[in-house]
Amino acid sequence: MTVAALCFYLFATVAVVAGAMVVTARNPVHAVLFLILAFFNAAGLFVLLGAEFLAMALVVVYVGAVAVLFLFVVMMLDVNFQELRAGAARYLVVGGLVGAALLAELFVVVGGMTLGEGAVIGGALPTPPHEVVENTRALGQIMYTNYFILFQIAGLVLLVAMIGAIVLTLRSRPGVRKQTIADQLARTPDDAVEVVKVPLGGGAQ
Amino acid sequence: MIIGLGHYLGVAAILFTLGIFGIFLNRRNVIVILMSIELMLLAVNINLVAFSSFNGDLAGQAFAMFILTVAAAEAAIGLAILVVYFRNRGSIAVEDVSMMKG
Repeated sequence: MTVAALCFYLFATVAVVAGAMVVTARNPVHAVLFLILAFFNAAGLFVLLGAEFLAMALVVVYVGAVAVLFLFVVMMLDVNFQELRAGAARYLVVGGLVGAALLAELFVVVGGMTLGEGAVIGGALPTPPHEVVENTRALGQIMYTNYFILFQIAGLVLLVAMIGAIVLTLRSRPGVRKQTIADQLARTPDDAVEVVKVPLGGGAQ
Repeated sequence: MIIGLGHYLGVAAILFTLGIFGIFLNRRNVIVILMSIELMLLAVNINLVAFSSFNGDLAGQAFAMFILTVAAAEAAIGLAILVVYFRNRGSIAVEDVSMMKG
């Protein structure tokens, strides 16, 4: 058994076990940490497949951003997770049945899969040889040419998601004293200063 | 022993099924449901990259990158909705979502 095969079995086993722990863990913080483990091992699988850029993007985007966001939300919300898990055993049987059926179907499909007539290896966008053009450069060469419009739209999706998340979670709480620059600049001497005529011996009212 | 396309597709199929199973098992907990969706998207990504690698076609990796983008956006929006929902209700139980306020 070669080193690559050993690495594949290591990454695949740990990823599957971590995925199983994500859905069965009692503590959601543990679930997020197992999700991070699953993503790291999927990144390892991507490296084995020769997709180095995607592997690093997976680590940066998922582990660095998404999983940390999950961890932040889990820790910020004060939820009784034990109460939420009550009655999970009722769904265990039906969930297991649906999962088993789906897995069997997927394995039938994968097992019976063959390349069709006229299918060409390296069809539309053939991968250049690894020694000549490395993976990141090759991916960039097609992202900025063939998929340029889609690339821009993906950026737009991220922008909309960012604005949406900010708009959803932003709130103006009453009773919080904040500096409003516009109000300060709009002040005129007329509503800020009052000149009173003080009568002799009477004092200012 | 040669690791072929079928091995990677098998791993992806198991991960996808685990995601489906997680949605059934944690029907009340939205956070774990979102994590299960992330697992399923990861399985799809493994499929795309495996086909891209074994067929020598780079387009699959480009698709996987777009899925990565959409998954990140979906997680951000989903968690934002979750925070707002928790602020209004004080719980994250999914059954109450269908209850209207008006």
